[in-house]
Amino acid sequence: MDWQGQKLAEQLMQIMLVAFAVVAFLTGYLMNSFQTMLLIYASGVLLTTLITVPNWPFFNRNHLKWLDPSEADRHPKPQISSTNTGSKKKSSKQHQK
Amino acid sequence: MHSFGHRANALLTFALTILALMCAMASFSDNFNSPSPTADVQVLNINWFQKQPNGNDEVSLTFNISADLQSLFTWNTKQVFVFLAAEYETPKNSMNQVSLWDGIIPSKEHAKFWIHTTNKYRFTDQGSNLRGKEFNLSLHWHVMPKTGKMFADKIVMSGFRLPEEYR
Repeated sequence: MDWQGQKLAEQLMQIMLVAFAVVAFLTGYLMNSFQTMLLIYASGVLLTTLITVPNWPFFNRNHLKWLDPSEADRHPKPQISSTNTGSKKKSSKQHQK
Repeated sequence: MHSFGHRANALLTFALTILALMCAMASFSDNFNSPSPTADVQVLNINWFQKQPNGNDEVSLTFNISADLQSLFTWNTKQVFVFLAAEYETPKNSMNQVSLWDGIIPSKEHAKFWIHTTNKYRFTDQGSNLRGKEFNLSLHWHVMPKTGKMFADKIVMSGFRLPEEYR
């Protein structure tokens, strides 16, 4: 699952569960049946599980683009000896850890 | 980090949290129900009235109860427990309560009932105070919900009196 897919799965799960809960509660209350509420909500949870838990193909539509190794070789990491602001920040961060 | 198990766990946790919330709301919705139950008890006969060898008074009654408790039932009601209690005052105790009959009402369809019976449990005093005693008959009920808080209330019917002599 890619980053976009993870976000989608999470949001889908929350929205679907809340929607099913609202529908189940209102139906149960209006029909005067506690059992109806539980059945609607249980089926909603089952459906949400089937949709958001397995790693479906539509969660993998934004592939991560890794740099080609040759591209990385052409832009080598800056050396620590070359003192610029960037390296200072890094060292201070390490201190905090 | 975002594996099958993690997603299943997140879903289950969230689903159960919402379920708890729904149950709390269902329990809360019971407060909007304002019941108007009615009950009436008639004592038809004093079958016998005697002093036991140990000195305690005991009486046997025949009565009929008619009650309409349908308005107690909401969508969140599992069952209603009802009992009829005789309540009276003695010099020693300001409140004596003796359960004479009880029953469980499983559904709204059975909540309007009429029953002709003798006392299911013995009406015995702790002592010998029942002759000529004025007593109340109260129909108590406990509403048992599917989720949440239990409600209890009663209807008191007064003006009953036991005979002056044993029979």
